Amino acid sequence: MANLSKQEWLALEKKAHELRKLCLQTTDWAGSGHIGGGLSVMDLLTVLYHKYLRIKVEDPKWEDRDRFILSKGHAAIAYAPVLCDKGFNNIEQLKTFNLTGSKMGMHLDSNKVEGVDASTGSLGHGVSIAAGTALAARILGKDFLTYVVTGDGELDEGSNWEGFMTINNYQLSNCIVFIDRNHCMIDGPTEEVMKLEPLADKMIAFGFNTIVVDGNNIGELCDAIDVAIERSKEKCAPTCILMDTKKGAGIKDIEGDYHCHYMALDEETFNKYNDELDADYKARCERAEKEGK
Amino acid sequence: MAGGFVYNAIDQTEVATAEVYGKALADIILKDPKVVAITADLAKSTKLGDVLKVCPERVINVGIAEQDMFGVAAGMAKAGCIPFLSGFSAFTSMRACDQLHTDICYQNVNAKIIATHAGTSFGQAGSTHHAIVDLAITRAMPNLTVIVPADGLETANAVNAAYENFGPYYIRINRGFDRVLYDSQDYGFEVGKAVEVHAGTDITVIACGSCVFQAREAANFLENSDGLKVRVLNMHTIRPIDRDAILKAVMDTRRIITVEDHSIIGGLGSAVAEVMAEAGKGCAFKRLGHPDKFAPIGLHEDIMSEVGIDANGIIAAVREVMKADFEEDDNWDDDV
Repeated sequence: MANLSKQEWLALEKKAHELRKLCLQTTDWAGSGHIGGGLSVMDLLTVLYHKYLRIKVEDPKWEDRDRFILSKGHAAIAYAPVLCDKGFNNIEQLKTFNLTGSKMGMHLDSNKVEGVDASTGSLGHGVSIAAGTALAARILGKDFLTYVVTGDGELDEGSNWEGFMTINNYQLSNCIVFIDRNHCMIDGPTEEVMKLEPLADKMIAFGFNTIVVDGNNIGELCDAIDVAIERSKEKCAPTCILMDTKKGAGIKDIEGDYHCHYMALDEETFNKYNDELDADYKARCERAEKEGK
Repeated sequence: MAGGFVYNAIDQTEVATAEVYGKALADIILKDPKVVAITADLAKSTKLGDVLKVCPERVINVGIAEQDMFGVAAGMAKAGCIPFLSGFSAFTSMRACDQLHTDICYQNVNAKIIATHAGTSFGQAGSTHHAIVDLAITRAMPNLTVIVPADGLETANAVNAAYENFGPYYIRINRGFDRVLYDSQDYGFEVGKAVEVHAGTDITVIACGSCVFQAREAANFLENSDGLKVRVLNMHTIRPIDRDAILKAVMDTRRIITVEDHSIIGGLGSAVAEVMAEAGKGCAFKRLGHPDKFAPIGLHEDIMSEVGIDANGIIAAVREVMKADFEEDDNWDDDV
């Protein structure tokens, strides 16, 4: 691990665990939510917001901040807890998530929720918006980075590939693309609904320096991001970090099951899932102890 | 005058409307480093030549990908640029409709859409390239200002206004040359305010785009031939619509005709009808525009003639509506 100490890895695991629990709690408050795709991307959200993003909580609109665009906007059930926990919004707001009159709907509105750089929800929009912020950085002479994460099922939308072409055409290495490859979409496994494979080859063919990692392994994620940031210092082929993840990561009962795309929780399930998150955290810490340096 | 670039009537007889856009944008881009031009392989067709000459590094071409163009523009605007997107209005309104709605309007970003080849001005290209439903779409988009300039000088005014005011704009201009309506830029252009181009008290013709010139021609003709005083309003801004000018026309003339190079459903005619209906005052009313079917193929002027949105069509419609009879309305003098 080039830049990640064992101590830092363990601290990130602790934070990711807290945020997974807060995501589950928010799902309970909201009555239901996109828990599957929220949990698959939580490790990425944690490392970005607690290690990499150059942002100022006290100045959310700081013009030199790094941008983060959650193209898979339905993962707001994970993103909103991250933003509240970070201090961008009052954590009490999470209790209103999805409820009538709330500032926080199922897909976050950048004009209502502090810290959100783009209003997403309609799939296939984030990559082009990210290309735009990265191009603007070049034109305005700014050195901020843009991070964008798409779902894998989302890649069925052709507009993503238009965006990828633009990022490659303009060699926007200051735009780092993540794909949350959790292998599931609403109607079933991605390879049964609409084949995506060979996905890494596709990204390579579209001009990306493509790194495949276990997206639910914080150590591997950080290694890949370090490479992407290093490459961003020069105008060159952009980086795509293809994250192999599990839908519902951290909750054994639902991990990898496409049915967990959107769920309502009863009290018994809520308690069970909390216990499973605790068990998962223990295993993750053991992995960090073993693999960390 | 905004923008610092002044045109005269002779300029616009020699410069196509979209070229006026290109020249106005070239002027703006030179003085503001935040302004960028974005296109989807239509830099030439949407007349970005002057911009390419003065500032090629701020012309972004995303290839034939309108959805991407809108997303990129939204991102650039969010990061502090002022993007001017240009493309054919058929595609800026329909191919990228979700991006226009969600990336541009919902986020209320400072992006300006220049929708060229409007209406049936690219008539020979057929319905794939006609834009006769774009006003119905864009008029329903919150935050979006929708302008249909009547000629080149008004296009320059609209582009400058879009630059000077924050928020998303949709400016719909024709392919090629427009008939010259104004002889200078100084006629009192103001976003959201109709301009009277012919005074009258018998009937009001409310028009936009290329139909304004035709309506004024019709008004001049009818004054001489029929002794009719036809008020002609250039309703260049479709959203927000000039409610006051419409209500005044209702009260003053009690007869209104709308004319547009657009479907009669959802565009200028519908916008005027909504205001009139809510006013609760009786008024003879007729919408001229493309009937509820796809437009024929042909030269712009031929199509305008065929669907009756040229001077001849307007003259016939005025004569028809002047025959409309009203029952007495005791409350007619009430303020609206």
